[in-house]
Amino acid sequence: MTTPTAVALEDAKVAFRLGDGRVYTAVEKAHLTVAQGEFVAIVGPTGCGKSTLLNVAAGLLKPAAGSVRIFNQPLAGLNRDAGYLFQADALFPWKTALDNVAIGLEVRGTPRSEALPRAQKWLTSVGLGAFANRYPHMLSGGQRKRVALAQVLIRDPKILLMDEPFGPLDAQTRQVMGNLLLDLWNADRKAVLFVTHDLEEAIALADRVVIMSAGPSSRIIGDWRVSLPRPRDIFEVRLDKEFHALHREIWSVLKDEVMKGYAQSTQAAEAV
Amino acid sequence: MSRVTLLTLQVLVAVVCLALWQLLSTVPVFGKILLPPFFFSNPVDVFAQIVKWFSSGVIWKHLGITLTESILAFVIGSAGGVLIGFWFARQPLVAAVFDPYVKMVNALPRVVLAPIFALWLGLGIWSKVALGVTLVFFIVFFNVYQGVKEVSRTVLDNGRMLGMSERQLMQHVYWPSALSWMFSSLHTSVGFAVVGAVVGEYLGSAAGLGYLIQQAEGIFDVAGVFAGMFVLSAFVILIDFGVTLVERRLLVWRPTVDGRG
Repeated sequence: MTTPTAVALEDAKVAFRLGDGRVYTAVEKAHLTVAQGEFVAIVGPTGCGKSTLLNVAAGLLKPAAGSVRIFNQPLAGLNRDAGYLFQADALFPWKTALDNVAIGLEVRGTPRSEALPRAQKWLTSVGLGAFANRYPHMLSGGQRKRVALAQVLIRDPKILLMDEPFGPLDAQTRQVMGNLLLDLWNADRKAVLFVTHDLEEAIALADRVVIMSAGPSSRIIGDWRVSLPRPRDIFEVRLDKEFHALHREIWSVLKDEVMKGYAQSTQAAEAV
Repeated sequence: MSRVTLLTLQVLVAVVCLALWQLLSTVPVFGKILLPPFFFSNPVDVFAQIVKWFSSGVIWKHLGITLTESILAFVIGSAGGVLIGFWFARQPLVAAVFDPYVKMVNALPRVVLAPIFALWLGLGIWSKVALGVTLVFFIVFFNVYQGVKEVSRTVLDNGRMLGMSERQLMQHVYWPSALSWMFSSLHTSVGFAVVGAVVGEYLGSAAGLGYLIQQAEGIFDVAGVFAGMFVLSAFVILIDFGVTLVERRLLVWRPTVDGRG
């Protein structure tokens, strides 16, 4: 029996029209599938279009060619099965932490009296039970990410899309958040598409690590299975021999792309 | 600096100014009074005038009229600004078509409209309200327009991904953002509502603080003019204080300037 496919990008090409009329191809031809219950991480150098790919899976962007299928249905409009965790702050600044989490339910018509206790439960499970009445600006960066996580998870999406969600956090907080994410994910194993530029984070979290080449016109150039046992602990797993072997192997491919991406970004800067 | 010292110094400034004013307007320096009473009156007379207004109770009627005009101007101007601001921000085509006219009307010094309003609406409160509305409207309009336009892209995408319909985006994203911009200009727009009312009264009316000042001026009663000015500033400070209270309640979610909440 094969597990059903949650997300399938079939030869997706993403292009933008620039201000001067030229067309910029961000992603050339991406073929990527995420099975139900699978945690897939996309890693690539800066500017390789990995976030773009995620926006295509979310339905926020339309591919110029190719197709997107969600649970074998072609995606039209926004992906209603997906929860999206953004890199930048996406909480509603005028709502308290509790209201920010509850809104996910209220939007689909759950009465407030029912949404609030459930939101409180979720806040507690991300470790912020005592911060329900704080506004986002009164929370630290890590705490805001926890609220955002609860906001997405309370809707129980079948697919989780994450765009460098822990990018702006400091190294320790990232690891703590990584463990929190794994704990929550372990409970019901949603399909996850996780974008990051941090290879270690990718290997520690994911079942599969997908590498993208440097942009523009980037492609997927590698796909590794991570067979480290679960449940994992982010702190421990980094000491594992297999982790190191895999890291070395993937890095040998990624390194060239990172250098290319770096060279391109400096050239672009000089051209300006 | 401690609060007490600060307060003492603040009071001291007032005392020194008043004392100088009183001295220079009553005691001759080198045989000459530097502030002739005809032009400058003196603090004692001004204070006496204020006391007379309050003790006889005449002032309340005028304050009431000016307050009513200001409130009406503020409410009508804000409502119009919010509605039109929202409409323009959501319909870029409409905004583009009307843009030059909005700029043109806004560039016009509003005082010149006063005679027109007096002609159209008479000398009662409505001509003053209209003047205040033209001032308040544009402040609120530009702020709401900006507020809707500058909603963070990420917050908007987040709302969409959480499954919000256009109506829900309006309620949970655009509206609070626009309101926060409007409230950030609350002091200015309330101030302008009062300006509209008083200027309107000054230019032609039968009641209000502006009328009081204008009457005193008409009979060269300088003490009356100054007294009117003092009552007016006290009135504006009180209103401004009220606005600060409202603002604190409504904008709790906003970080304070020093970023510490």
